[in-house]
Amino acid sequence: MSSLEITNLHVSIGEKEIVKGLSLTVNSGEVHALMGPNGTGKSTLSKAIIGHPDYTITGGDVRLDGKSVLQMEPDERARAGLFLAFQYPSEIPGVTIANFIRAALQARHAEGEELDASAYYKRLYQKMDMLKIDRKFTSRAVNAGFSGGEKKRCEILQMAMIEPKFALMDETDSGLDIDALKIVSEGVNQLRGPGLGVLMITHYQRLLNYIVPDHVHVMWDGRIVRSGDKSLAVELEAKGYTWVKKELAHA
Amino acid sequence: MASPTLTSPALGSFTAETFERALGAQAGAPAWWLERKRAAYERFAALPMPQRTDESWRFSSIAGVNLDSLEPLAPAAPTARPHVPDFAPLTSLSFVNNRLHGRTALPPELAAKGVVVTTFSEALTRHGDLLKAHFMAQPQRLGSEKFAALHAAFVGDGAFIYIPRGVELDGPILVVHAASGAGASVFPHTLVVAEENSKVTVIDFFTSPANEPLFACGANDLYAGHGSKLTYAAVQNWSRKALSFQLNSTVVRRDARVQSLNIHLGGRQARHESLSQLQAPGAFSEMLALTVASDSQEFDQRTLQVHQAPNTKSDLLYKNALLETAKTIFSGLIIVDPDAQKTDAYQSNRNLVLSDGAEANSLPGLEIQANDVRCTHGATTSRVDPEQMFYLQARGITPVYARELLVFGFFEEVLNRLESEELHAALRTLLKSKLKL
Repeated sequence: MSSLEITNLHVSIGEKEIVKGLSLTVNSGEVHALMGPNGTGKSTLSKAIIGHPDYTITGGDVRLDGKSVLQMEPDERARAGLFLAFQYPSEIPGVTIANFIRAALQARHAEGEELDASAYYKRLYQKMDMLKIDRKFTSRAVNAGFSGGEKKRCEILQMAMIEPKFALMDETDSGLDIDALKIVSEGVNQLRGPGLGVLMITHYQRLLNYIVPDHVHVMWDGRIVRSGDKSLAVELEAKGYTWVKKELAHA
Repeated sequence: MASPTLTSPALGSFTAETFERALGAQAGAPAWWLERKRAAYERFAALPMPQRTDESWRFSSIAGVNLDSLEPLAPAAPTARPHVPDFAPLTSLSFVNNRLHGRTALPPELAAKGVVVTTFSEALTRHGDLLKAHFMAQPQRLGSEKFAALHAAFVGDGAFIYIPRGVELDGPILVVHAASGAGASVFPHTLVVAEENSKVTVIDFFTSPANEPLFACGANDLYAGHGSKLTYAAVQNWSRKALSFQLNSTVVRRDARVQSLNIHLGGRQARHESLSQLQAPGAFSEMLALTVASDSQEFDQRTLQVHQAPNTKSDLLYKNALLETAKTIFSGLIIVDPDAQKTDAYQSNRNLVLSDGAEANSLPGLEIQANDVRCTHGATTSRVDPEQMFYLQARGITPVYARELLVFGFFEEVLNRLESEELHAALRTLLKSKLKL
């Protein structure tokens, strides 16, 4: 069993502190939802964990199976088992989805050890079918000209192929219509299992109707102000974020 | 504009005496050919060397253009087989040091249809009228008039390709131009005449042993007759010590379509000039180029799209990737003649700068004399996008490989325009081999 431990984490962008002492542990097999209003530091947290150079960690630690990842480069963290499903994935002109995912998998092999191409495509098509992505997409450039829903499905496809230990999903539901939301959620539900831990960042409770979390955390001003089970998400939905501000922010 | 202060035209190693010796080697050629050569040599001798102040040489390293200390008459070739990419051509010709070195037989069914793939030596006796009509018959107006004249004066053997009316070829014709011997001068030439409604793909491949100094002064003439479809790809892979000129002229007739792709890899200083003339309605010229500029290489590209008839189209996309202290120059001009209404012309130069020491220069231009046209041009110079880099790294891809993928992505946009997947794959491999260095 694996664990992702975030302890008393402080993250700044430039001079401004965004995450102000956040602690959270995700074990494999668990799905955690991190909820909170915009600007509270949810996306900053996820990008800092995977090592985006714009974010400076000024205190605390992130440990994967007991080992700090903070001195690791972003690609090392990814190969160690961390995955971020981006809220706004980059467009990569001229690099096809098939080649991109292949490069990601190849990076996890020893030098000189080639992927089996036919097995790779078989698995890729199987995952694409699961996510209802047209097989023609394999030869399309990564995210170039994709709709919002297509980009999000492409993120989940990468996650399904890479099989990380921990997936951070940043607002995966944003910009999705209900059909796309269902497809994406079904995909994530199929990937759930003892080998995967998920930290799902979302603004809305709606996603949690489709991907039912084991734990729910509410984030406010750079910290987790309350944790509970899925009923917390329902309570939050009913009372709104003003409740968080009034009742929880100073708790 | 020639500098008025220049008093004696530079001949460098190409003296009148060496010219006479070169001519002597072609003694059996028809009189008109020898006459043309003499006239060309006179033009060469009379024209000044390019000057820093010449607009058509803006940004070029004039000091690097030097004709001294060269071996004007390259010796007969050693027998080493030139390295060529893994194409599967229908037929091929290979030249080493201006002489035919090897050829594969033209499939008999194509010969029976009248397809000709041969040398200038043979074409001079059997297809003299065609050679006379098309060999360097178009104006030189991009700055290298002196080198065009030098080429015409010294050209030895070259490739002559003729596709008769209505004949369509499935596979490519490969022409290899190789050079060998330090300081050798070569004058490669490929001439293609695609008659009405024919279809052909021609690949020129230029190669010489690494680290041998070389002077290459090449040209090609492409003629696309009514309704024909001509695809031309050239890979310039001369040694890193080569000074290279390659002068292209393309004529596109009614409803014909020409796609040309020039890949520039070799040379210490390489200048490419490309002229497309759209001469009749429905003509379309697609002009593509990819350059990997590394070390202190200089690639100088000058282009001209001339719309001489209404309803013609041209689409230019030149991409350069620059490493280390490399330098690129792109200067492009679109000219639309007064009666070329409904012209649709596009010109784009994109530079991907991968090092602080590299320098990309871009000079796009338009000269429009018709009023009902659509002409757009643009140039961009950018670096690898850090967000794209991060995205790739976040998937576990190492920074070195991530950068390589992004640079390939940059080139793929151009390679994707090729119809042939085989050609696409072969060219991709070539580009990769240089970027790995």
